[in-house]
Amino acid sequence: MKYGVNDLGYYGDFGGAYIPEMLYPNIEELRQQYMAITNDKAFKDEFESLLKDYVGRPSPLYLAKRFSERYGANIFFKREDLNHTGSHKINNAIGQILLAIRLGKKRIIAETGAGQHGVATATVCALKGIECVVYMGEVDIERQAPNVARMKMLGATVVPATSGSKTLKDATNEAMRDWINNPVDTHYIIGSVVGPYPYPDMVARFQSIISEEAKKQLTEHTGKQLPDYVMACVGGGSNAMGMFYHFLDDESVKLVAVEAAGKGVDTGHSAATTALGREGVLHGSRTILMQTDDGQVVEPYSISAGLDYPGIGPQHAHLHKIHRAEYVSITDDEALQAGLLCSQLEGIIPAIETAHALAYLEKMSFKKDDNVIICLSGRGDKDLTTYINYFGF
Amino acid sequence: MNRLQTLFASGKKDLLSIYYTAGYPSLGSTLDIAEALEKAGADFLEIGFPYSDPVADGPTIQHSLQTALDNGMDLHVLFGQLADLRKRVSIPIILMGYVNPVIQYGVAQFCKKAAEVGVDGLIIPDLPMYEYETLYKKDLADNNLSNIILVTPQTSDERIRKIDELSDCFIYLLSSASITGNSLKMSDGLDTYFKRIEDMRLKNPTIVGFGIADRTSYQKACQYNRGAIVGSAFVKFLGENEDYLNKIGEFIGRFK
Repeated sequence: MKYGVNDLGYYGDFGGAYIPEMLYPNIEELRQQYMAITNDKAFKDEFESLLKDYVGRPSPLYLAKRFSERYGANIFFKREDLNHTGSHKINNAIGQILLAIRLGKKRIIAETGAGQHGVATATVCALKGIECVVYMGEVDIERQAPNVARMKMLGATVVPATSGSKTLKDATNEAMRDWINNPVDTHYIIGSVVGPYPYPDMVARFQSIISEEAKKQLTEHTGKQLPDYVMACVGGGSNAMGMFYHFLDDESVKLVAVEAAGKGVDTGHSAATTALGREGVLHGSRTILMQTDDGQVVEPYSISAGLDYPGIGPQHAHLHKIHRAEYVSITDDEALQAGLLCSQLEGIIPAIETAHALAYLEKMSFKKDDNVIICLSGRGDKDLTTYINYFGF
Repeated sequence: MNRLQTLFASGKKDLLSIYYTAGYPSLGSTLDIAEALEKAGADFLEIGFPYSDPVADGPTIQHSLQTALDNGMDLHVLFGQLADLRKRVSIPIILMGYVNPVIQYGVAQFCKKAAEVGVDGLIIPDLPMYEYETLYKKDLADNNLSNIILVTPQTSDERIRKIDELSDCFIYLLSSASITGNSLKMSDGLDTYFKRIEDMRLKNPTIVGFGIADRTSYQKACQYNRGAIVGSAFVKFLGENEDYLNKIGEFIGRFK
């Protein structure tokens, strides 16, 4: 693949494995084995069967008629919100739990922002009877209470991350520290296309099922081989990478990645990484991150816990730098309005993360026959309190 | 030879090194602490520069790094303070910290500045070996700075050989695969690990760090290695004693 990772774990200038020596054996073990394990027939069979019977894949590609009318193009929703556990995160969690078992690991750790990845990880651990510890920022624990309860009900231990901004980046730090302290028996299920190589590639591969299905489904719907636009929201970027993956080499397809502008890109309360960030190293990879001149990581802000992250995956950083994908941003207000619009025009309450991608439709201008696929990455049940408080229902 | 290489070439044993965070407990404490440590008998020092997301550090050093940032410490301030380093301190000095602030400062500029103020070596735990070799090595060498690389009980013999080849001063042997600040567990496993490294007959001496908090752990480390590094225990001491400068002699006395 033209835009894929090279032998050293880099996408152009981005990627690599900037990890302390304590993590080297774990990362090296993964690097050496992940392709062989995931290409193994027994692995593939189990992965595919769980995606079908447990997750409910393939997820539908739905022609959103009232959205299409409003925006003057054929708008398709790739319905990852209909997956078991309510988002795309389960695709990667299933893949990694099967990998962890084959690596002989007895304990799983994960970080979570909105709680979707935490719930997905707690779910697959329950499914396989493996101990699960989820790190979650103290701030996120408060704003995503239903998901915290879900994880606990599924048998996971939720550990609050109390350092720094007490959000996703700090939960990731705590998970990495846990892994350093428990290198032999534990596998770290990273939830996004971030972290040291091979994580960005591995997670992208597990999520690539989204675009693999969508490509076929679009042809069934329209007879066309390719859409004109593919859109998704980006925090770390796993749903976007899954949604872009099989379209990357199709240069005619315009890829649009929507970041969280928070209260506005220039307000100092934002998580729009490509707009505000510079090249550097975060969580084990060379990427684009929001930082001070001195290289300290800036605490991001977004109303959406899943997008409240100061970096992006290294492959996104590369796609941004070479202009293969366009990176834009949407404010809290715009996202919440789009969430309401989608609820009332299509009868789908989207996650606030997803609502960022939907909101950008307002800023696009399409030709009448354009086919547009948006990754409807998650459902909004977990965000009801935020919606209720905002709209005063 | 830089000061570190001279120290190790001297054959001196039971070396005691102390880590502390620049700008902690107060912004201006960096050189006062270095001076007091030399006077008390520390053989060389690691001065940590702050980073907001120190994944290899436990709560004690995390807290010191955050406090230093809150106090206004950054690399520019630190190099400003270190301008007087060699007027006041003669033992070898290592700068230790995460790679991102170094990248933002500029690797070549950072190395040049470090050498200029009299720093002898660098420990950058999250700088991978490949990137060090291809992108950083020349800048360090040009400025006569030693790069110190970590080894853990899980590091393979083959990799240790490679690290030995890339090192020109000493190898930083972690007592266990752990973040900083965990206490060292005395076990047969530790002896086996130290013995295994000793038997490899590396060209570089080894210094043990992580979990060295008292005389027992220090002596255990020195039994097989050239010395040991005390980090979290000292940082904790700084946080707990307002008159720390007067008590540093006492602190060092806990070890030797």
